[in-house]
Amino acid sequence: MPYDSIVCVKQVPDTANITGEAMKADGTVNRAALPTVFNPDDLHALEVALRVRDQYGGTVTVISMGPPKAGDVLRECLFRGADRVILLTDRRAAASDTLATSYILSCAVRKVGRYDFVFCGRQAIDGDTAQVGPQCAEKLGLPQVTYLEEVVELRDQTARLRRNVGNGWELVEVRLPVLVTVLDTAGLVRPAAARRVARFKRGRTPSELLIEVSRENPDARDEDKEREALRRAEGLRARGLVLDEWNLDDIGADLQWCGLSGSPTKVHRVQSIVLTKQGYTEIPATEAGVRQLIQELIVDHTLG
Amino acid sequence: MIGVNRNGEVWVFAEQEDGALHDVALELCGRARQLADRLGVKVGAVLAGWNVRELAYRLIAHGADKVYLVEHRKLDHYQTQPYARVMCELIGRHQPQIVIYGATPLGRDLAPRIASEMKAGLTADCTALEVADVTDPKTKTVHRNLLLQIRPAFGGNIIATIVNYDRWPQMATVREGVMPLLDPDPRRQGEIVAEEVGLRDEDFPLRLIERHREPRKVNLKGARTIVAGGGGVGSKQNFQMIHELAGAVGGAVGASRAAVDGGFVGKEHQVGQTGTTVRPALYIACGISGAIQHRAGMEESAKIIAINWDREAPIFSVAHYGLVGDLNEVIPRMVKALKERQTGAADAAETADAGWSAD
Repeated sequence: MPYDSIVCVKQVPDTANITGEAMKADGTVNRAALPTVFNPDDLHALEVALRVRDQYGGTVTVISMGPPKAGDVLRECLFRGADRVILLTDRRAAASDTLATSYILSCAVRKVGRYDFVFCGRQAIDGDTAQVGPQCAEKLGLPQVTYLEEVVELRDQTARLRRNVGNGWELVEVRLPVLVTVLDTAGLVRPAAARRVARFKRGRTPSELLIEVSRENPDARDEDKEREALRRAEGLRARGLVLDEWNLDDIGADLQWCGLSGSPTKVHRVQSIVLTKQGYTEIPATEAGVRQLIQELIVDHTLG
Repeated sequence: MIGVNRNGEVWVFAEQEDGALHDVALELCGRARQLADRLGVKVGAVLAGWNVRELAYRLIAHGADKVYLVEHRKLDHYQTQPYARVMCELIGRHQPQIVIYGATPLGRDLAPRIASEMKAGLTADCTALEVADVTDPKTKTVHRNLLLQIRPAFGGNIIATIVNYDRWPQMATVREGVMPLLDPDPRRQGEIVAEEVGLRDEDFPLRLIERHREPRKVNLKGARTIVAGGGGVGSKQNFQMIHELAGAVGGAVGASRAAVDGGFVGKEHQVGQTGTTVRPALYIACGISGAIQHRAGMEESAKIIAINWDREAPIFSVAHYGLVGDLNEVIPRMVKALKERQTGAADAAETADAGWSAD
């Protein structure tokens, strides 16, 4: 029998290749100076969903919450085989912590409607929290299976899933629907298919079109820009190249649970630890020297 | 969520598997003890499972005043929803102000489910917890005695301090091995409070079909701290010192090719171009000269300490801290200093403000 999957993906700054230039003087991160990538775990979540579809039939719908630039990762999903992609973008969702993010994503998943699986990457490399998946599961009232490495078997409305629990693995059985978070050890990810790249590379969300028009005609009046963006969208729509875009109203989100007001955690302070190293500090190899070194490492949180 | 409750206890989720407590539960008891003393409240540990009562005494010896014990045959093996049900029930009943969990695969599976149901804040993977007054920059309101939840973020490039003003409990997961394991005090007195939580069949949506546990492997990639030894360590016997330092700092053991070729340690420990490439928060290179092949595998570490008798060794060119001396003397001094750090980060901060002296 066919299975329908929803995959949540995120576009993230490439934190693995960060340099001093990406840090502002106040110690915060200059996100604009960083290249963006498809969050690695999420690529595996997409792959697992595509394999389920390839083997059993069904559909794969991808949702990404983020600024309009996240259209990049949604096109990536189309290139690799997703059936439908949805950009979830709204300025009022900015500054959401993991709780607010999972609330917003859960509203979007509900709006998609029918599904057997929700797949998420285990965690995103900009925050490394691994919280959004389980929190979405709770908001949707679904069981959660974290750290998936393999969908072992699907039979009717029952799935057998193998999860890696760090010191070993477990094979669990669960009734669908279920939310699953996927590890990057879940096997190889397929590349983009050339035929699909040729077909979908011109796909755009409405807000991407508006940004393009504004860039080309910076002095035009706003209503003219909007009219031109709509005209371009009409041209693309006939070819199925307008990507879905939803805001918080479209998904019926209650604003008190979104953005800053929906976020119980607040960032109190941020310190940069990207080191601009010029030579090393020589520590006297004495007992006092060693003790002071250890204390310094505790104070700067290198040691707990 | 629960409201601000300044008389609330400081809670630890006591992770156990097959009747054995996870070390992180005991580490957290020690830190919770320090936080609770500062706040003038009690430490509670929540222990859920089946036939686990014996473990309560260890939690008490490590700092708990109360152990909330939930025993149920079906809690024998962990699964998310019933454990979350237990925690949410007890949090609602007793209104703790702080709840901390180990940032283990289990803790990171459980805590967000609870946070979502409680609509409370949660900070992942903390490396330090402190208590301080915090002023809200918008409203200028002063929030007294908040939990500062300190964690690396952005791929380890920044350290963020997170707070939760009023949607309590204040919750965090804490990495394994970063809070020192305090010596147990078997004379400590505590209370075991048996709790009933109604669990229904629908709270158990997962069926465990098969389970496989592996002994811990060398995990250089995931280690936050690596202590590596090189040819300068001299012998397999002497390499024991590297294992000791790694134990004291809670890190993994690495090695240069020279140490592997010398038979001091297995090849699975090798760091470098032909071994594993690592980028831990701290890399301690002991008796490693620092050939380019080795440096290529570790120079991205956030902090590097090099210990070598040879001032000209190339390892110092990538080091942030260098100790020129005999590692047979330096390493035991480090082990001793690490074992003395039992008062925790907050207290150390006050004494270390002076920084490096000029001598």
